[in-house]
Parts: sequence; C-alpha cells; structure tokens
Amino acid sequence: MMNKKIYERPVLRKVVEGIPNKFGSLKRLRPIEFIDNVSINSLIDKYGSPVFVLSEKTIRETYRSAYRAFSTRYPKVQFAWSYKTNYLDAVCRIFHQEGSWAEVVSGFEYEKALDNGISGNKIIFNGPDKSKKDLIRAIKNNSLIHIDHFDELYTIIELSKELEETPQVAIRINMDTGIIPQWDRFGFNYENGEAWNAVNRILSTGKIELIGLHTHIGTYISTSKAYEIAIRKLAELANKTYERFQTSIEYIDIGGGFASQNTLQGAYLPATDTTPSFDDYAHAITTAMIAEKFPNNIAPTLILETGRALIDDAGWLAGTVLANKRLADGNRAMVIDTGVNLMFTAFWYDHEIYPVKETSFQSEPTTIYGPLCMNIDVIRKKIDFPLLNKGDRFVIKRVGAYTMTQWMQFITYRPNIVLIDENEEVHLIRKEEDKEVFRRQELIPDHLKND
Amino acid sequence: MSKLNSIAISDNGFLFKPSTGESFTTNEIGLIILNLLKEGKTHEEIINSIMEEFDVDEINAGRDLYEFLDFLKKENLID
Ligand SMILES: Cc1ncc(COP(=O)(O)O)c(C=O)c1O
Repeated sequence: MMNKKIYERPVLRKVVEGIPNKFGSLKRLRPIEFIDNVSINSLIDKYGSPVFVLSEKTIRETYRSAYRAFSTRYPKVQFAWSYKTNYLDAVCRIFHQEGSWAEVVSGFEYEKALDNGISGNKIIFNGPDKSKKDLIRAIKNNSLIHIDHFDELYTIIELSKELEETPQVAIRINMDTGIIPQWDRFGFNYENGEAWNAVNRILSTGKIELIGLHTHIGTYISTSKAYEIAIRKLAELANKTYERFQTSIEYIDIGGGFASQNTLQGAYLPATDTTPSFDDYAHAITTAMIAEKFPNNIAPTLILETGRALIDDAGWLAGTVLANKRLADGNRAMVIDTGVNLMFTAFWYDHEIYPVKETSFQSEPTTIYGPLCMNIDVIRKKIDFPLLNKGDRFVIKRVGAYTMTQWMQFITYRPNIVLIDENEEVHLIRKEEDKEVFRRQELIPDHLKND
Repeated sequence: MSKLNSIAISDNGFLFKPSTGESFTTNEIGLIILNLLKEGKTHEEIINSIMEEFDVDEINAGRDLYEFLDFLKKENLID
C-alpha cells in the first residue's frame, strides 16, 4: 500500500482589505432581482404587492444540511417540524416529505398535522394548553404527549384509567443552562427536583409510559455550549429514572432554538458572521450525547424541534415603496407597503432589505416605515439605503420564520403567499384575504341591520 | 458550477472574485476540492479522491467537505 499524505481539513479565509470606496459609503447595496431565477417584478405583477415568496429549494437544502450535520455524527436522529414557526400546509408537507415528524402546541396545529398526512405516533404534542378533548385524541392516536405541568399530568392519569389506554409521554424540563432569560414557565424545573417528582409520579402509576425527556432552552441560542449543559442534565435524569424504575428513556428531545442568520438589533457583527452553523450545533450536541452514559449503553434517539433556523432563509417579502419624506429633523424616511403587521420580527431583527433593480451609487441614512398608522411601525432605523422612488420595489430577506403565523390583520388584508418549487414553477399556496373573508366571520344583530 | 468558473484560482491557493473584488486564501485540500468542483465531480467522487491521496476516513473527509461547501455557499462562490 502506498503511503498517504497527511490530511489537513480544508479552510477558506477571506482577505479583508478595508479600503473605503471613493463615494464614501462602504459598499453599494446590490439589488436582488430574482428568487430561484424567478423575477421578483413578475411575481409582484402577477400576485400583487406585497407578496410573500417561499423557496422550496432552500427549504429542502436547509433541512438536508441540518439533517446531515446531525446524522453523520449520531446514529439516531429525528427532526420534528415546529408548526408554530410556519404552519402553511405546503411548507409542513415539504418538511414531512423530507422525513420530519410534526411538533405541535395546540389542537389547531394537531389537526393540521393530521390533515397533512402525519400519523398520530409521529406527532409531538407540546405546550401548556391541551384540552381534555385534545388529550383524549392524542392518547388514542399514540401521539407523544409532552407534559407541561402537574395539572396536565393528573388529567392524563385520570384519562389513562377512563380510556384503559397507556399514554406515551415525555416531560418538558426547564433548567439553568446559562441562557438568560431562563424559560422556567414551561415544564418542570430540573434544579429544584420538580422534574424528578414528575418522573416518580408518572412511573408509580404503572399506567403511563415515560418514553422521553424534553427541553427547549430558549430561542435564538447563539452559543452551542448551552445544549451540552442541557444534555448532561437530561442524561442524569434518564440514569436516575433507570436506577429507580428500570425504565429506559427512548428519546432525548432537545427542542429548537438554533439562531438563524438574521441579525439581532444592537448586535455588533452581522449574524452571517456570528451564528453557529448546523455543524457547530451538531458537533456540540452529539459530542455531549455520546459522552454521556445512558442506561445499558443504549443511545437514545435525538429529537430536534428546530424551527427558525430551518425556514428563515427560505422566506422573502417583496413589496413597493409608497412614499419618501423628510422628517422634521431633516432625516430621510421611506414608507413601504409592508409593516410590522407582516413582520413582527422587525421588533428584534435588523431585516435585510434590498432594491429589486439597479440603483445609483447614492445612498442616504434612511428610516424605513411600514404603512400602518402606528408609531411602532418601523422596519429599519437610519440605515444607509439607496434613493428609491415611489413605486420602486424592494425585497426583504429571511422572513420565513414566525412571520406567516404571528402576522396580524390590522387595517388591511394579509397578502398572497407563493411557493417557488424546485423546477422554478410558482404556486399560490395561500390566497390573499378579501372583505368576504371577514364578512363571513361577523354577525350583525337585527337591530343594527339596515333593511 | 458556473459560478466557480468565473473565479480566478491560483496554484498557491489564492482566489479572486472579479464580480465583487473579494479575495480568499485556501489550503492544499481546499484547492483540490475547488479544482474537482470545477471539473464537475460529484461530492462522492471528491471524497473518494481525497481518501485515495490522504490519510483520512470517509466520515471525516465527508464532514469537512460539507462544512467547506457551506462556507463556499455563504461566500457566494458556489450555488
Ligand atoms: C417547544 C418548542 N419547540 C420548538 C420551538 C422552535 O424554536 P426555534 O424556532 O427557536 O427553533 C419552540 C419555539 O418557541 C418551542 O416552544
């Protein structure tokens, strides 16, 4: 056999120069004209302004790179799509086709998951608000019920007797992982022994199967270290459970929380430079899973409920400039047709916004406002932005997560949402609202009718 | 791999992207990967040729390759 060369992992470094250009501003904002080779102008012409655009290609690629990051490092990995992050049926079905289970937090989301063809035993049912009816259905469907509090636990104990079924449950555990704020309002606390009490309560009934341990330590967790701490604590509980009850925990569900590449307001560096990659998270999490000794040396399945990091990049919001103004202090302001009604996320992210067509080199500090008659409707504060005119179009990047579920209907209709498939065909996946949508919901008492 | 073809790659691992004026440096393995990508090789083929030449197993070569590809993507050097 021939002698092989010493291997060194591939690296790529950017050479940074720091030569400001002669126009003063650091760089010219390049326009974004196309999403997956579909022209943004053609989308607005056909579907109106504003319009949300989702890229199926990006969703699948992002999912696959996340799955690969974990599955190449750990033998049993299962993602469960976090419905609340984006529960458009078309989006959920893409994740399900890729192999994701469903993670739901309400009866509404649970029904959506069933309608999307997911079988009950692949639905993880989280959250503090599960009605008795929800629980009965989940028990009968063998869903994975993640218990949030003792009142829910007692309801499940009662139901297991009433229905003569054996519910499959996990408990949600909150803990100190160094992340602030600590999400201690969900689940049972680890440090004060509450989680251990819940385990005891469940297993002493003999009627409920405890198959998993769950935590969700927060969202936009930009340090993968926190997950290592969480895994250490969950492993300790799994071992204690085995010693006392000879019950092996089948899965560890580490929740969601990976940061996306949207930059948080006030951050010193752009998130594209600072956000850990899937590989970074996977490295930390799987190393911790492998380092811990679980009962009988059997590695539990690792479940991930990743939300924002899987969908943010796939979503775009294209719209139109409504007006330019000078504020009283002389600063430039631009009013656009997408506000915080569609981008709740503008409260904490510095969303990236781009012109759709080439602009001149000139730019000016500009505050970008949405169209709502509310002072809080600010999309970006004083950013260097080219001088767009009324009627010019723009596109906002990375708006796939939480926008299309947390949006609010305030003074206007919610817009069309289209999906560009992998063959670059465009599909309408949610119709814009019109007055009939709202008329259907409202009832007018007789004495207020004009005959 | 049309994007890579528009990038000047020197033998000593210096990359220049004319469309933006950005430049990058890479090491020996990085250079090999870039050249194989330019030739249109699949990821499996790249992993295999790295394993043939270097003392590395498939898992590690694969993991590093995908990390490297992610980085290239982030820098808009490949699609
Ligand atoms: C229980 C649970 N799982 C998963 C998620 C998804 O989190 P993220 O979007 O941060 O990945 C959330 C979000 O709040 C959650 O509460």
